[in-house]
Amino acid sequence: MTETTIGLDAFNEPKEEDNKTSKPQKKAAKAHELAKKQREISIAEFFEKNRHLLGFDNKRKALLTTVKEAVDNALDACDEAGILPELEIVVTDMGNDRFRISIEDNGPGIVKSQIPKIFAKLLYGSKFHSLKQNRGQQGIGISASVMYGQLTTGRAAKIKSKIGETHPAHYYELKIDTQKNKPAIAKDEVLEWSKDHGTKIEIDLEGSYLKGGQSVDEYLKQTAIINPHAMIIYVNPKGEQIIFPRASEQLPFQPAEIKPHPYGVELGILLKMLKWTKEKTIKLFLQREFSRVGSKSANNILEKAFVIPKAKPSRISMEAAEKLIEAIRNTKIMMPPTNCISPIGAELLEKGLKKEVNAEFYTSVTRPPSVYRGNPFVIETALAYGGTLQTDGSIQLLRFANKVPLLYQQGACAITDSISKTSWRSYGLHQSGNNMPQGPCVILVHIASVWVPFTSEAKEAIAHYPEIIKEIKLALQELGRNLYRYVSKKRKVHDELKKRSYIEKYIPSVAEALKEILQYSDVEEKNIVELLEELLEKHRGHVEDVKFDETKNVEYDEEFANIGKEEKEEEKDERSPEENN
Amino acid sequence: MSEVQKKITEKAKDIYGNIKRKNKPVLKSPIRALSNVRYDSGDGFFELNGSMKSRTLTASTVKTFAQTLKMMSFSKDLIETDDIATKREAYYVSKNWGDARFKEQTESDTVMDDVEAMFEVNREQLGFIPEEKGGEIAGKLIVIDKNLDTGKEIRIDCTKFGSGAYSIPSNVEELKFETNAKFILAIETAGMFQRLVKHNYWKKANCILISMGGVPTRACRRFIRRLSDKLKLPVLVFTDGDPYGFLNIYRTLKVGSGNAAHINRYFCVPQAKFIGITPQDIIDYKLPTHPLKDVDVKRIKDGIKNDPFVQHHKKWERALKQLMQMRVRAEQQALAKHGLNFVISNYLPEKLKNQETWLD
Repeated sequence: MTETTIGLDAFNEPKEEDNKTSKPQKKAAKAHELAKKQREISIAEFFEKNRHLLGFDNKRKALLTTVKEAVDNALDACDEAGILPELEIVVTDMGNDRFRISIEDNGPGIVKSQIPKIFAKLLYGSKFHSLKQNRGQQGIGISASVMYGQLTTGRAAKIKSKIGETHPAHYYELKIDTQKNKPAIAKDEVLEWSKDHGTKIEIDLEGSYLKGGQSVDEYLKQTAIINPHAMIIYVNPKGEQIIFPRASEQLPFQPAEIKPHPYGVELGILLKMLKWTKEKTIKLFLQREFSRVGSKSANNILEKAFVIPKAKPSRISMEAAEKLIEAIRNTKIMMPPTNCISPIGAELLEKGLKKEVNAEFYTSVTRPPSVYRGNPFVIETALAYGGTLQTDGSIQLLRFANKVPLLYQQGACAITDSISKTSWRSYGLHQSGNNMPQGPCVILVHIASVWVPFTSEAKEAIAHYPEIIKEIKLALQELGRNLYRYVSKKRKVHDELKKRSYIEKYIPSVAEALKEILQYSDVEEKNIVELLEELLEKHRGHVEDVKFDETKNVEYDEEFANIGKEEKEEEKDERSPEENN
Repeated sequence: MSEVQKKITEKAKDIYGNIKRKNKPVLKSPIRALSNVRYDSGDGFFELNGSMKSRTLTASTVKTFAQTLKMMSFSKDLIETDDIATKREAYYVSKNWGDARFKEQTESDTVMDDVEAMFEVNREQLGFIPEEKGGEIAGKLIVIDKNLDTGKEIRIDCTKFGSGAYSIPSNVEELKFETNAKFILAIETAGMFQRLVKHNYWKKANCILISMGGVPTRACRRFIRRLSDKLKLPVLVFTDGDPYGFLNIYRTLKVGSGNAAHINRYFCVPQAKFIGITPQDIIDYKLPTHPLKDVDVKRIKDGIKNDPFVQHHKKWERALKQLMQMRVRAEQQALAKHGLNFVISNYLPEKLKNQETWLD
C-alpha cells in the first residue's frame, strides 16, 4: 500500500489583490495589511464550509452518506482480503434529530497506527493513487463523516478494530483538528473483542430518517442486489431488523491493480509523476510507470517529443512534458488490460433484479470491456418488464458504479442521459422525445471501472464521457431488442388468442342460423360447429402461454422488495392533522 | 314459398355445402356507393356497376358472418309468419342472439342493408319496415286498401281529410288507386303543403298533392312511382331553390341514391320533372334570398364533379353553375313576399303553363 497525504496546492495560493483605485504608496501598505489576514486554509476548514460537495447537503442525505461511506469501505476491505463480507448496521434514533450509526464488519481490520489517520484526517487513503476497481476512490468519505458528526453533535467517533485472532482489539475515540487536518485522539485503549478480525465504527450525527427512494433502507437493499456475496444485517431507527442473506457464496473476481495508461494522463499528473518517480531515465519511467508501454513505444514517444531517452525525469521541463503528452496522443499504444475489472456477471445481476421485482420478463447484457481516457471499464445492464410493475409513469432506473448504488442526481448522470437518448419506442415502450421512457419496466445499469468518472466528490452521477455513453447505449439497445422480441411475441399471442376466442364465440351463431333457415336437426347443428371449428382453426397451431404467472419467479422476495418503500398510509396519518389546521 | 324465401334458403344451402366440403364460404354483395352507380338514360335511374364486396369466412369476419346469417334467418321467419319488424325492432330482436347480438342499431341497419343488397330486394320484401313516416296525400285520389282483419276492401277518399291528410303506409305494394286528377305535385315542405291544402289547390288544379317532408322515404317514392305508373300521371316536384332540394330531394326521387342503388329500380320515379324553385325563378320572381352556405357550395361542386345524374343532364349542370354564380338560395315560402296566396294565384299556374321553365 502506498499511503500519502495529498496537498491541495490551489488552496495555499495567496489571494490576488484587487485595489486599483488607491494610490501607489498606499497600495504597498494595504498589501501588508492583507498579508496579515492571508493564511493557509486547511482542507478540513474548506470542506467544513462546503459540506454539500461531499454529500452532506441536508440531514437526510447526511445520514445516508455516512452509512454509505462506512459500508463501501467495509466491502472494499473484505473484497481485498478475500473475505465473504458480513456487515451489521444499526441506525438508532436518539431524539432531537440525532442519530447514532454503528457499522461492524468482518474485514481484515486496520493496523493500530493507521486508525487515527484513516478516520480523522481528510484525503488520507490508499485508493487515490491506485488504478483499481474500488468502491471508494478519494479517501475523503469516512473522515468527512467523522467530521460531520463532530460538527453537528460535538461527539468523537468511536472505532474498534482487530487484525487477527492473536492480536488485541484497539479502541479509539477520534476527532479531527480542522485547523491542521490532523487527528485529535480523545481515547486510545486496548480491548477484548470476541471477533477474530474486523472493524466497528460508531458515529453520532444530526440527521433525518425517512423511508423512500433515497433512504438508507433503499441504499442497503440495492447494495445487497449488486453485492450478492455479502451478508447484511440492518436495524433501522424504527427498530425493524432486516437481514439481507448472502445470495452467492462465490467471492467476486479480485480485480488487479494497473498502472495508468498513457492515454489517460494529463499534464498536471504527468508533472507530479515525473517529480516523484524513482526511475533514473525518462525511458524507464515511461516503461515502468505506465501500462502497455514497451521499449519500442517508449522510443516512439520520445522521438516524437524530441526528448533524449536518458534524460532524468526530474529534469524534464514543462515544455518538454507538454510535448510528451502530445507525442503520447500521436503514438499508437495498445489498449490497457481489462483483467482489472470485476463485473458482477449477467446471471447474478438478473438474479438480484428478480429478488427486487416480480416481473414477467427479465434480460441482461454485459458488454465487453472498453476504454475511456485510458481507463478500462465494463457496462452491465439488466431489465425487468411487466408483471406487477406499474404500467403508468416513467420506468424505474437503478444505477450502480463499482458495485455502489447511486441514489441522488439521477438527472445529471450519463446513465440517465443514455437511457433517454435511446429510442425505446421501437422496443415497445412509450417515450416522448428525448425523455425517460414510460412503461412497466425496471432498468439496471452498472459501470465497473478502475476509475469511475463522477461529476462531483459526492459520487452521485457519472460524467458524460462519449465512450461511456456509447457503451451504455449499445448495452441498452441489446436489452431493447430482447425486450422487443418478448413484447411482440406477447402481442402476437394476444391477438391470436383474441381471434380464437372470436371464432369460438361466433361459430355457434353461424351454425344456429343455418339450422334455422334450413330446418336441420340439433345433431346437424353440432356437426356444423365441429366442421367450422376445424375449418377456421386448422391452420392455427399451438399458442405459447404468455400470461403472467405471479408464482413463476421463485427468486422474488416480497418482503425484500418492500424495503425502503415509503409507507404511504402512515405518512397520510401524519399529515392529516396539519391539513385540518 | 316466396321469391325471397327461396333466395335465402338457397344462399344458406350454398354456405352449408361449402362448409361440408371444407371450403370457406363466401358472402357477396354489391358495393353500395355513388362511386359504384351509373346513370342509365334508357331506364332513367341509377344502376349498379359490377363492383362487389365479398366476405370470406375467417376469424376476423366470423362475427359479421354470424350476424348476416341470423338476420337472414330472422327475415325468413318474418315472411313465413307474415309479420313485419321495424329496423329498431330488428335491433332489439338481435338481443336474443347471444354473442351475435348488435351493440348499436347502426350495426344492425348495416347488416340489414347488406342482406337487402345481397338478394337485390327491398327491405320491405324481407319483412323490415322503416320507422319514418312515408309522406302525406291530399287531393283527387282514392286509395284502395284492405281491412287487416277481414281482408275486405277499403276505399280511402283523399279529398275527405279536410284540413288533414292521408298518410302513406310503409308497405304500399298492395295498394290500388282510382283518380281523375291530371298530375301529381310532390312538395318538399309540410308548410307549403298545408297552404295548398287549406286553399283546396288540388280542386283548382285538379291534382294530387303529396308532402314529402324533406328527402322522400322509400315508401313515399314507391307510392309515387306506383301511382304514376298505374294511372299514367305526370309527377311534378316543387322544392326549395337550393342544392339540397335539387340534388338530395329531387335527384333521389327521380333516379335513386348511391346507398340504395341495388333497389333503385323499384324506388325511382324517372318520369318526375322539376317545376321549381329553379335558379331562374329566383331572378324572375325577385325572390328574397339567403347566401349559400359552405355545405351548399360543397354540394354543388360535388354534384358537378361526381354525380352521374348531373353529368348526364346538362340543363342541371347549367342550373347548378348559375346558382353558384348567384351565391344565393331561396325557400318555397319566399314566394309569400308577393302575398300569401301568390303561389296559388300566380306562381304555380304560370309555371304549369310554361314547361320550358322546368328542369328534367
